[in-house]
Amino acid sequence: MDVLNYLIKRILQMIPVFLISTIIVFVLIRLIPGDPARVLLGERATQEAIEALHVKMGLDKSIFEQFIIFFRNLLKLDFGTSLAKKVPVSELLKSRLSCTALLTFVTVMITVIISFIFGYIAGMKKGSVADAIIRFFALFGLSAPQFWIGLVLLDIFALKMHLLPVSGWGSTPVEHLKSMILPGITGAVYVSGILIRNLRSNVIDISRADYVDFAESKGISPIRLSLFHVIRNALIPATTLLSLRIAVMMSGSVVLEKVFNLPGLGALLVDAITARDYAVVQGVVMMFVILVMLINLITDILYSILDPRVKLQ
Amino acid sequence: MSINSNSKKIPLYKKINFPLVIGGFIVAIFLIMALFPGLITRFDPDAVDQTAMLKSPSTEHLFGTDNYGRDIFTRCVYATRIDLLIGVFAMLVPCIFGTLIGLYAGYYGGRLDMIIMRIFDIFMAFPYMVLAIAIVAITGAGLKALFISIWIVGWKEYARLIRSEVLVAKNAEYVQAAKVLGYSDNRIMFFTILPNVFSSALVYGASDIVMCMMSSAALSYLGLGVQPPTSEWGAIMAGGKNFFAQASWISTYPGLFLIISGLGFSLVGDGLSDMIRTKKR
Repeated sequence: MDVLNYLIKRILQMIPVFLISTIIVFVLIRLIPGDPARVLLGERATQEAIEALHVKMGLDKSIFEQFIIFFRNLLKLDFGTSLAKKVPVSELLKSRLSCTALLTFVTVMITVIISFIFGYIAGMKKGSVADAIIRFFALFGLSAPQFWIGLVLLDIFALKMHLLPVSGWGSTPVEHLKSMILPGITGAVYVSGILIRNLRSNVIDISRADYVDFAESKGISPIRLSLFHVIRNALIPATTLLSLRIAVMMSGSVVLEKVFNLPGLGALLVDAITARDYAVVQGVVMMFVILVMLINLITDILYSILDPRVKLQ
Repeated sequence: MSINSNSKKIPLYKKINFPLVIGGFIVAIFLIMALFPGLITRFDPDAVDQTAMLKSPSTEHLFGTDNYGRDIFTRCVYATRIDLLIGVFAMLVPCIFGTLIGLYAGYYGGRLDMIIMRIFDIFMAFPYMVLAIAIVAITGAGLKALFISIWIVGWKEYARLIRSEVLVAKNAEYVQAAKVLGYSDNRIMFFTILPNVFSSALVYGASDIVMCMMSSAALSYLGLGVQPPTSEWGAIMAGGKNFFAQASWISTYPGLFLIISGLGFSLVGDGLSDMIRTKKR
């Protein structure tokens, strides 16, 4: 019952954020200089043709009416038609979503594995050589631009060693997964840098806490002690940090998709900007906003499961 | 971070630490490159040399040459000035505005604070790159888009940091004392609280410069930031996109400048925060 109440409350809280985000996206697209009808029809189009297209696109109505139509269509997941590709934007989004979703999933998985293992080791062996090396690489991950790491990995593993595909994401699920390895590692490096540093200091703090001393003096096995007392508590702030970085990861995916030539939402966005295909820009930006809000909701729920002290309210 | 809890009063210069020295050294080298690029390299960054096109890295051309025969290392050295300027200028504006917003939100609290926190939520929903690209659509690709997008996104970290510090500081004794003395709110905010909380914004700022330089390089790599033929690290790397299979050094070597300068600023940030932090980890 608690969980249900909390869910309803959280979703209600999301509504104003969602509404304002749609207004922002709507305004942003309208701020783009130039008449979209003229862009579409070219410089030599007649005035009548342009006005006819205005009526067709709903541009002859007041800005308020336009927003209402935009919002109503949004709720029906109708983002209009791509001017360049002549297909509904929603179909483009659908075909690109799986790639970005898989990339984000693989990135999060690799991040969690890398940072939880190394953060824990660095924290437990504070001051050792291993700690120094891990800290150095964490700092390196924070200082190296993602697209550069991607390019270097591509150069080494795809061009020189021929182990992994250079670009594209193949046509079978196995090929999809294989083509996600390099981008996933690349995406994970930065966030792992942050998480490792955070986990390290958490583990150091927690291993000095009274309840850990108490558990130790009770004679709990070291494995049990680290799993249920140290790690579990160190994970809580790290999870918040991870959820805060999901939006950053999504940002990264825009660049990574261009570097690795993956058919995802980010690549679609960059291409749409270059082609001045604003219906697609609007659709992709909206899609990203929805995705980030959903992920934040999920991590909030996970957070409360992980930490029983967090009251669902 | 507690204020004035450091009863022993160790002079600040005695707390200068290893990361700060190394970081400072690296930053100094980049400053020299930005100010006197001619001292570092003898080539001309824009000189086309048809006899030396797509040469791989060697002692003659440290980072190799690009498809016009231009020396990549030289271009990177000359790009240092614009990259550092972007990093510092892109960080400064949000640092100042974010600090002001955080100061007001934290000090007055109530409805103002609530509105600002909701604005945070909305900004959290927009991935940075997505917003930046949408802004590029309005302003057109170039430096302007780059700055505007970093400014619009960057202030909120400072505001959040300062806000949380102000929330603690405003209940501290010295602020209460200032209130009893009848000082105005503005005087308390800017002359009593701000000097005590600004250090954390400064520490964050050092690492923010790194993030600003990286996002500018990423945007330029996508072709949306600094435009070629201007040499900027990201733009130079973008120039190698079409030759990646034959000449990957065009895209990979300039990254070293970005990383080493980034490492320098990060170390300075780490060193500063160790210096200021009173609680020892």
